[in-house]
Amino acid sequence: MNKKRPVNLDIGTIQLPITSYVSILHRVSGVVLFAAIAVFLWVLDASLSSEESFNAIKECIGSTFFQLIIWASLAALAYHLVAGVRHLVMDFGVGETLEGGRLGAMIALIAAAVLIVLAGVWVWA
Amino acid sequence: MGMITNVTSFGRSGLSDWILQRATAVVMTVYTVFITVYLLTNPDMDYGQWLALNSHISMKVLNVLTVVSIAIHAWIGLWAVLTDYVTVRLLGPKATPLRIFFQLGMITINLVYLIWALDIVWGI
Repeated sequence: MNKKRPVNLDIGTIQLPITSYVSILHRVSGVVLFAAIAVFLWVLDASLSSEESFNAIKECIGSTFFQLIIWASLAALAYHLVAGVRHLVMDFGVGETLEGGRLGAMIALIAAAVLIVLAGVWVWA
Repeated sequence: MGMITNVTSFGRSGLSDWILQRATAVVMTVYTVFITVYLLTNPDMDYGQWLALNSHISMKVLNVLTVVSIAIHAWIGLWAVLTDYVTVRLLGPKATPLRIFFQLGMITINLVYLIWALDIVWGI
């Protein structure tokens, strides 16, 4: 194979469509969630260990710092889940055309934004 | 039939990774929707109720399926990200050892998460 064959896809110089941003954010949110697993497991571990640690973790995640971390983690989860559902819908042949893909990407962005706002209301209300 | 395989990929083929990524996504979605609805409908839950929920055998099974799904899903997803971006074309000749380092680190963290998670959800 010719190893010096030209590469014509330089994503740094081409204008990206909305579907690309939805896809890139799906990956970014996935990487963020990999780190957030540690937070979720820490909270789950403390919440189940004893009544004292349950009450302690409840108080701890009520602080502004941890509220921000929890909200950021829930935001990544909400976005990643919605973008994943979009993939599953497309696997069934729905929204596979160019226009369908753009519309699906738009719907996913709006749905994720709504869920992220609701997650904020949940954390702070 | 020739098939390109890679020792650090999860399922040894693109098709099995593709299916596993979707099956694990469905399990995690079921867990997320259930636990979100449960927490929203039980805002004043105390430790006893939370412990009772997670001690129930069907919840234990869902918890184990979910943490195993997370490990598989993260492995496949991060493998795809690393093999797409930490490449010789984008980063030069150092990319290959760097990518192997990150892949082994990702696998290690994944296994630590999985053992920790199984200890939490099955050890109740």
